[in-house]
Amino acid sequence: MAVTTAAAPPRPSFLSRIAESRGLLSFGFMLPTVVLLLVFLTYPLGLGVWLGFTDARIGRPGVFIGLENYEYLWDDSVFWLSVFNTVLYTVSASILKFALGLWLALLLNENLPFKSFFRAVVLLPWVVPTVLSAIAFWWIYDSQFSIISWALKQMGLIDHNINFLGDPQNARASVIAANVWRGIPFVAITLLAGLQTIPQSLYEAATLDGAGRWQLFRYVTLPLLTPIIAITMTFSVLFTFTDFQLIYVLTRGGPVNATHLMATLSFQRGISGGQLGEGAAIAVAMIPFLLGAILLSYFGLQRRRWQQGGGD
Amino acid sequence: MASVAIRDVYKSFGAAEILHGVGIDIEDGEFVTLVGPSGCGKSTLLRMIAGLEGITRGEVAIGGRIVNTVAPKERDIAMVFQNYALYPHMTVRENMAFSLMLKRVSKQESDAKVDRAAEILNLTPLLSRYPRQLSGGQRQRVAMGRAIVRDPQVFLFDEPLSNLDAKLRVQMRAEIKELHQRLKTTTIYVTHDQIEAMTMADKIVVMHDGNVEQIGRPLDLYDRPDNLFVAMFIGSPAMNMLTGRIGAGGFEGSGDVAVHLPQTPKGLNGGRVVLGIRPEHLRLSDQGFPVTISVVEPTGSELQIIGRAPGGEEIVANFRERHPFEPGQTIRLAAEPNLVHLFDAETGRRL
Repeated sequence: MAVTTAAAPPRPSFLSRIAESRGLLSFGFMLPTVVLLLVFLTYPLGLGVWLGFTDARIGRPGVFIGLENYEYLWDDSVFWLSVFNTVLYTVSASILKFALGLWLALLLNENLPFKSFFRAVVLLPWVVPTVLSAIAFWWIYDSQFSIISWALKQMGLIDHNINFLGDPQNARASVIAANVWRGIPFVAITLLAGLQTIPQSLYEAATLDGAGRWQLFRYVTLPLLTPIIAITMTFSVLFTFTDFQLIYVLTRGGPVNATHLMATLSFQRGISGGQLGEGAAIAVAMIPFLLGAILLSYFGLQRRRWQQGGGD
Repeated sequence: MASVAIRDVYKSFGAAEILHGVGIDIEDGEFVTLVGPSGCGKSTLLRMIAGLEGITRGEVAIGGRIVNTVAPKERDIAMVFQNYALYPHMTVRENMAFSLMLKRVSKQESDAKVDRAAEILNLTPLLSRYPRQLSGGQRQRVAMGRAIVRDPQVFLFDEPLSNLDAKLRVQMRAEIKELHQRLKTTTIYVTHDQIEAMTMADKIVVMHDGNVEQIGRPLDLYDRPDNLFVAMFIGSPAMNMLTGRIGAGGFEGSGDVAVHLPQTPKGLNGGRVVLGIRPEHLRLSDQGFPVTISVVEPTGSELQIIGRAPGGEEIVANFRERHPFEPGQTIRLAAEPNLVHLFDAETGRRL
């Protein structure tokens, strides 16, 4: 076998070797992202976790005290009440948002007149700043000037104003209603986008196969929408679980802590009360719940067998 | 199985009228193709038969029953869509059994029907796969399986082969035809491909701009097209068209093109006509008209040349024999007098 040796290429310079090194080059490309993640995500998260293990207060750095904050919280009934409230708030608001959002999405997916107008209107609650809509709800729920109480009185259904935010049960229902109102657009618009990816011919084929409206929904729409539902509800649950603004404006956690969520309690103890360490510990206590929700959706989101393409 | 009658059917979308009074009679067990260029209304007509589109005016009857207001699922028809429309979250078996499940057919009976259809279509090893795991031809067969399982009165096909590659298309064409010969179910098949229409159909309906141009058996359409549109549309390569007038001896075109006609239509002397000649009806002859060859295409089995007549019209000719033609060369071609077609240049009607 005749082998012709090509002239040895000139030794590449140090710089060009760096430029051609895949490892170094890819590290260089990753660097901006890594820096951003470290500075804006990891550091605050790490600081929060660290604070939870200290007795830091505003104006005092604090020293490491191990699990003392958590031991204290373990015996704190207000903390446990806030955990209960948060779970109740998240579960009931998410279920309502899903049901109403899906219903709205299905309506908007029909051929309505002024379709794009309605789609834009639906987004309004999502576009308005939370604090602004919270203040509006504050008026709607006002003990003297509530429009709901007024309307019901005019209709003769009740004879005195409803104490929306003063009674523990009413207050819980009221903040959940406000959160649902605010959260529906996100669910509805995302699910609407999902609905529009379902080809029309599948509905036509199913119609010819003899499916009625409910069967079309049950056998075509719902199964094809599940991947989108999983991702939408994950986000919705995360937003709801960490909600702060609505509660802070409407009730500040009252009456008698009936609407205190973990986020608002953490703020109240940590910033208003000055107990940074304890506030941080409450915030850290949210992490297991959030991780749980993420894991749940991770397994829910895994591509189903029918979504996997090609290959035997 | 049933006959299908389409009587004076109109369709409008808003102000735009898509179909202008279409009438077609389809006999029990017949294989009919609706063929025409894109936008001629053939798919709309099929969807109206299926009940997916409303009927603006006129009547559609399946098996003698007028179905204008009958819901699609009550019409007892099955449709194969261009994109197959398989349910992606169901296995092949579930896809095929879906209509049976909705009808609450027992599992045993449904399984038996699916197994039988799968066997006909060679789908048995694929029954537990999902549509994504299938090739285009396999998906096509599943879509057909879904239709067969229902044992409907009428099969509707909406351009079922247009998403397949050329080789598979030829193969599936034969499979569909074989299936029809086996099941003898009335079939309406929409395509824009005239070869598909010619090879598969018992009867072809040529449509153009929302009108039926001609209905007939494939070879009748080929041999006696009613008008210029059908003449141009049916046949590949297309018929050669020469414009000219009828003189004493026959057809006189521009340049010194003259074609002798055994008999000339009366009362047309001087009127403008179009002479149509199929590429295979041209032969070399010293008495013929001159054609300057621009392209020579040997396919092995035949030799095709593309050239220009003196009037500038493009001329395509096919030869079974091999000739040493060169581009630029001028040859003389004559038409078989009995096999030419004459059309009125104004109306496009056959003379």
